[in-house]
Amino acid sequence: MRLPAWLAQHLAALRALLVLTVVLGLAYPLLMVGIGTLPGLSGRASGSIGPAGSTLIGQSFDDDSRYFQSRPSATGYDPAATGASNLGPESIVDTLGDDPSPSLLTQVCARSLAVGEREGVDGRRPYCTAEGVGAVLAVFHRDGFTGPVTRVVSVNQTGTPFLAVYQGVRVEPAENGVDYRALGAVITPVRGDAPSRPVVPADAVTASGSGLDPHISPAYAALQAPRVARERNLDLARVRELITEHTDGRTLGFLGEPGVNVLELNVALDGR
Amino acid sequence: MAGWLFVLTLIAALVAVYRPFGDHMYRVVSGTRHSAVERGVYRLVGVDASAGQTWGVYARSVLAFSAVSILFLYAFLRVQDRLWLSLGLPAVGDHIAWNTAVSFVTNTNWQAYSGESTMGHLVQMAGLAVQNFVSAGVGIAVAVVLMRGFAARNAETLGNFLVDLTRITLRILLPLSVLFAVVFMVGGVVQNLSGGTDVTTLTGATQHITGGPVASQEAIKELGTNGGGFYNANSAHPFENPSAWTNWVQIFLILLIPFSLPRVFGRMVGQNRQGYAIAAVMAILALGSVALTVGFEIHGAGTVPQAVGAAMEGKETRFGVANSATFAAATTLTSTGAVNSFHDSYTALGGMMPMVNMMLGEVAPGGVGSGLYGMLILATITVFVAGLMVGRTPEYLGKKIQAREIKLASLYFLVTPLIVLGGTAAAFGTGNASTALNEGPHGLSEVLYAFTSAGNNNGSAFAGITVNTPWWDIALGLAMLLGRFLPLILVLALAGSLARRQPVPESDGTLPTHRPLFVGMVAGVTVVLVALTFLPALALGPLAEGLS
Repeated sequence: MRLPAWLAQHLAALRALLVLTVVLGLAYPLLMVGIGTLPGLSGRASGSIGPAGSTLIGQSFDDDSRYFQSRPSATGYDPAATGASNLGPESIVDTLGDDPSPSLLTQVCARSLAVGEREGVDGRRPYCTAEGVGAVLAVFHRDGFTGPVTRVVSVNQTGTPFLAVYQGVRVEPAENGVDYRALGAVITPVRGDAPSRPVVPADAVTASGSGLDPHISPAYAALQAPRVARERNLDLARVRELITEHTDGRTLGFLGEPGVNVLELNVALDGR
Repeated sequence: MAGWLFVLTLIAALVAVYRPFGDHMYRVVSGTRHSAVERGVYRLVGVDASAGQTWGVYARSVLAFSAVSILFLYAFLRVQDRLWLSLGLPAVGDHIAWNTAVSFVTNTNWQAYSGESTMGHLVQMAGLAVQNFVSAGVGIAVAVVLMRGFAARNAETLGNFLVDLTRITLRILLPLSVLFAVVFMVGGVVQNLSGGTDVTTLTGATQHITGGPVASQEAIKELGTNGGGFYNANSAHPFENPSAWTNWVQIFLILLIPFSLPRVFGRMVGQNRQGYAIAAVMAILALGSVALTVGFEIHGAGTVPQAVGAAMEGKETRFGVANSATFAAATTLTSTGAVNSFHDSYTALGGMMPMVNMMLGEVAPGGVGSGLYGMLILATITVFVAGLMVGRTPEYLGKKIQAREIKLASLYFLVTPLIVLGGTAAAFGTGNASTALNEGPHGLSEVLYAFTSAGNNNGSAFAGITVNTPWWDIALGLAMLLGRFLPLILVLALAGSLARRQPVPESDGTLPTHRPLFVGMVAGVTVVLVALTFLPALALGPLAEGLS
């Protein structure tokens, strides 16, 4: 009996898929799992697990001042839910009220202030208020986008605004739940007078892509060194030595960026 | 500086492998001697290796294989809870299963799910990763058929799909995947069947370290320009991409096949210089794009990057800004869509570049196979435009380009913009665009990016947007399906039409298609076509954001 051509074609396709599934979907990955158990590879293939977790997977050190702290993480260093904040470069207006959600700018400002306080340095940044929220105004003009300014609101603050007067108009605090952009205001971030190269480094105030970044920049490690040395009654020079030991430089001198493996550094500090 | 050296070494490596690897691929797709394993596969499948197919039969064969693949993968996802290695995860829901099945069969690897909390190990390796191989094989096979169309004279048949697929998979994709899976394991990528290990952190908390057959999937994910991550964080995850050098290897693998296929084209049509010309067009567009993406990200414009002092949100310390941006360009210049940093948090113009790359039609160098056939379509259109300018009948590689060819090429070009712009409009028209995370122009960018990615079978995202709703899953599923198979059928039809033509001898009026003039023209036509089509949409999204 001859099958109709279309049916024969689909049957051949199904058989091909099944054969290829056995070869590519079972034999190949299982062979690789087998190779991964060979000496020399098995440690890495099973997750580079050390004395206190995987050296490739970052951890939260819960603000324990005896430890170097990791970068912020959008997912709290949970390997079962990896990912990033996905907030854009102009995420600068907070949602205030009962169900608040801070903009990326306010998160950056708040982190910078907190790190500055923790390490005893200046935590100010451009576009941030002294209290650690985004310095952003909603500016209403008489004719929409043009004309004299008629009303100004500091959108991320319900208390005293960071600026008393803007272009001759008194700045009001924001009200919960009002979308000033929708009311026709021009959203205007205010640069302020913070240094353009803040003391707190960039990686200390931004979340990584994975939420599991095992590294911090050498600059962020250097910033934390005096505090860790003090808390542990260690010589600062010794702590700096340990940082150098656990810094992964650029591979071959040009691949990637230097980073300090935080877990390995903290394990070394604990003398484990 | 180190960032540019990173790019230069990638270029050097791609140049070095162009001839030997291209020649290897040429031998694979043009050889007629089959190994014992291949003959065994043919016997099991019931295919006669010597029987050629016309373009129509070839197309039906591709469609049959893809249809069966979608159904199989859908069923697999729906019953994963009853299978081995499901890790206790439930069956995948219906609309996510549809979206995922279409996504992996179309070489898109758009992920409406989060890998670590949705997929068990068996469905990852025997369901999703199998499509990583065969969808790449389909792309290469269709490109090869178009090359055969250019090379043939008075021919009706253009090869046999299942034979092409088997040979490409077993001789190109599988051996390289085995090699690079081991390389990745050396770098620290995990490869095991464990459901994970609970460890106690230094501060006494419990952290669940995940496991899985990741290295085997990672190799083909990049090599086949698929891009679907084992984990949600994709190549930003330290278990997928542990170090700066594995990052380099991943970008190299992404670009390897697409940039070497022009060599196969040159060999096939008997003039290697034609291959060099096509590779040059790809290289010019790619270099421009990489330079702009890296430049915009290093410059770090925008309120938040200015406040931070660098565009570091969503990027990993070990890669830094420059190597992350290079990855972003490579993954969208091809149809890969893997990410090692999160594009949604890029600067406005830095985030626009991945979109522009996809809007170029992913031809520089594009997905495996699909990049080359897209580029040959653009070259055909260029020949036509040039012919109009000087008033001669256009010809390309000795084949007269006539009404039928131009109709097919034009239709090919129109399909994706229609899907991308129509889909974006539909999302706003139906109110479904409100699932975007960010507000204002950036919210529009998230929607536009989603349809650009799906329509061009890329798979990367401005990932803030919530897309696992029924509307989004169905709409993007359709966008991926149409964006893959309509162009593919048109390419096969074009191949059939070209194959039947008798070559005409070169004359004084023939436009040489291997010279810098032609290379420049193809690059120009590509940019102009894309700018005319997408500039208004970009003006409302990333341009509005970046220039305000």
